[in-house]
Amino acid sequence: MQDLLRRYGPGLTGLICLLVAFWLVMLVIVPNVTLFEQSFRPYLPVVDIGGPKDTYSFRNYLKVLDGATETSLFGIAFSVPVHVKTFFQTIWYSMVVTVVCFALAYPLAYYMAKVVRPRTVPTLLLLLFVPLWVSEVLRAFAWWIILAFKGPLNVLLQGLGLIEDPIRWTNMGYTGVMVGLVYTYVLFMIFPIYNAVSSLDTNQIEAADDLGASWWRIHWRIVLPHAKPGIASGAVMVFMLSAGSLLVPSILGSTTSQWFTQTIDQWFKDALDWNTASAYAFLLLLLCTVFVSVAMKVFKVKLSDIAK
Amino acid sequence: MSAGIDLEGVCCDFGSFRAVDNANVSIRPGEFFSFLGPSGCGKTTILRMISGFIDPTQGAIKIGGKDMKGQRPNQRPTALIFQNLALFPLMPIWENISFGLEVRGVDKATRRKKAEDLLKLVDLPGAADKMVSQLSGGQKQRVAIARALAVEPAVMLLDEPLSALDLKLRQHMRAELRAIQKRTGVTFIYITHDQGEALAMSDRVGVMSQGRIQQVADPRDIYNNPVNGFVASFVGENNIFEGTAGAASEGLARFDTAHGAFRARLAPDAAGKPVKLYVRPEHTVLTATAASENSVPVTVSEVSFEGAFISVHSVSDHGQTITAEIRNDGSATVPQVGSKLHASFEAARAALLPDANVRG
Repeated sequence: MQDLLRRYGPGLTGLICLLVAFWLVMLVIVPNVTLFEQSFRPYLPVVDIGGPKDTYSFRNYLKVLDGATETSLFGIAFSVPVHVKTFFQTIWYSMVVTVVCFALAYPLAYYMAKVVRPRTVPTLLLLLFVPLWVSEVLRAFAWWIILAFKGPLNVLLQGLGLIEDPIRWTNMGYTGVMVGLVYTYVLFMIFPIYNAVSSLDTNQIEAADDLGASWWRIHWRIVLPHAKPGIASGAVMVFMLSAGSLLVPSILGSTTSQWFTQTIDQWFKDALDWNTASAYAFLLLLLCTVFVSVAMKVFKVKLSDIAK
Repeated sequence: MSAGIDLEGVCCDFGSFRAVDNANVSIRPGEFFSFLGPSGCGKTTILRMISGFIDPTQGAIKIGGKDMKGQRPNQRPTALIFQNLALFPLMPIWENISFGLEVRGVDKATRRKKAEDLLKLVDLPGAADKMVSQLSGGQKQRVAIARALAVEPAVMLLDEPLSALDLKLRQHMRAELRAIQKRTGVTFIYITHDQGEALAMSDRVGVMSQGRIQQVADPRDIYNNPVNGFVASFVGENNIFEGTAGAASEGLARFDTAHGAFRARLAPDAAGKPVKLYVRPEHTVLTATAASENSVPVTVSEVSFEGAFISVHSVSDHGQTITAEIRNDGSATVPQVGSKLHASFEAARAALLPDANVRG
């Protein structure tokens, strides 16, 4: 603070602090606190707000347990509340997205960090960044076109003779959502891993090679352990962003796919019940955080490792 | 167990730059061999070619008589110790040491035992469960040696492994390395730019400059009978005189300089080439009266006390600096700055040497 004052003078320092405070209070804290408070109150007609019926309770949160639906897993049929099912599907498919992103990102990040000549890296980074300049909506719609029944992908696959009849990609459960989410968030996996692998001393790879290690053992024992914090931070980002994405599931979802954020959206916009919607939103945030914390425990990653 | 190494006409090009040019050397099994040279002379490139990280552009590398062409680093009977050691920081010491055995599918108990045996060999018992970051520089050095020895290599390659250590530790590790080499009988190939290190440890030294091996000989020969000016000046100090060589008889030749005519040994293959006269400061004496030959009148300009010897710098009438070293054995009289003396040297102690052997 003293340093800031000396460097910029009282006027500018005051302005900076004010802007930061405004951003933090007005754009982060107040909206979230408001929604949090709302989430414990019932959805009432305007005349009843503030009246005797307007009391705090967990009723909005417990609504996820309503409305049982028949479902089956590994051939075992059981009954589960429909929103709970949606929640677990969201978590499961977000995990799939995270794993697919890792499978794509790790080889690419390793290639950029250790294989390719350093001079070519800026070009590769640029090529990776270019799609990010296009808005997320456009990118989702682009995939919608690519995956369409008479779209380029089916034409290509038919042309190559790999398939006979066109496939309804966007009507195959979560396929479209998976493709869209992986495409949108894979960069959040590539960059942390790239950073982590770059910081590995190449001599260590050569030393392992010299001691007789095969390429997979070099990766398993040397590169992967070193890149673990990067992988963890990439995985957390991709998972949280995927689970919280509304746009991609809305555009690329099929008739049989439902994302938890879509359920929240329906409470907001279709039911106009902001109270329940807020409760669901905080439920998603809380449970995802718990899930990530458990996953980090399992993989023995500390929060301070990720922060690096 | 240990194997010899033959480099036969080995060249290595990086684009248009020739890093190693026509290297021919035969390293004997069980030998401690050093490549000595300034940075950029190609010594590290030679080491990386032997270990298999770089392929020679031309020529053959044979280990134990077997051509290594197309053999990956993990297929060669060599173990490399990196300049920065490249220990694995995320593994405890014993896993570091036994990594090469883990690769070979040795079971855990055997690996652990072997790691502890090797830690004893390198004089570091009880460190098995520590992490790399808990060790000092010298201890890391020992772990790196143990890790390389664990795979029972026929040849150990060391890339300036002592350069990061402080002076005292470096001197201690020199002796230690030498002892480990004698104990294990493995061929050691050592890369260094430190002449003291190379001379003190090696059975033989190969001096390199600009990609070429200038001379291969035992340390005494390198110091006493350098084949050219580069070797003479890279290994030790010299007083150098320029001039032209005349006729030679019985190995001694006349050499005409600005200071008059000298007589000195002419290197065997130097006849007809431009040469300079090299004489070591410890072979240069300062006397009150002129000697019968090879004598130059000088004025003492600076006396520096080095401990074991005293270094006397003087300037000739032609402005050339001549240095003489006097052993500090208590009986020596140290000349005063400004005194007028005569610097001289024996003809047999001075050598007429051509410049370095370079391309083109």
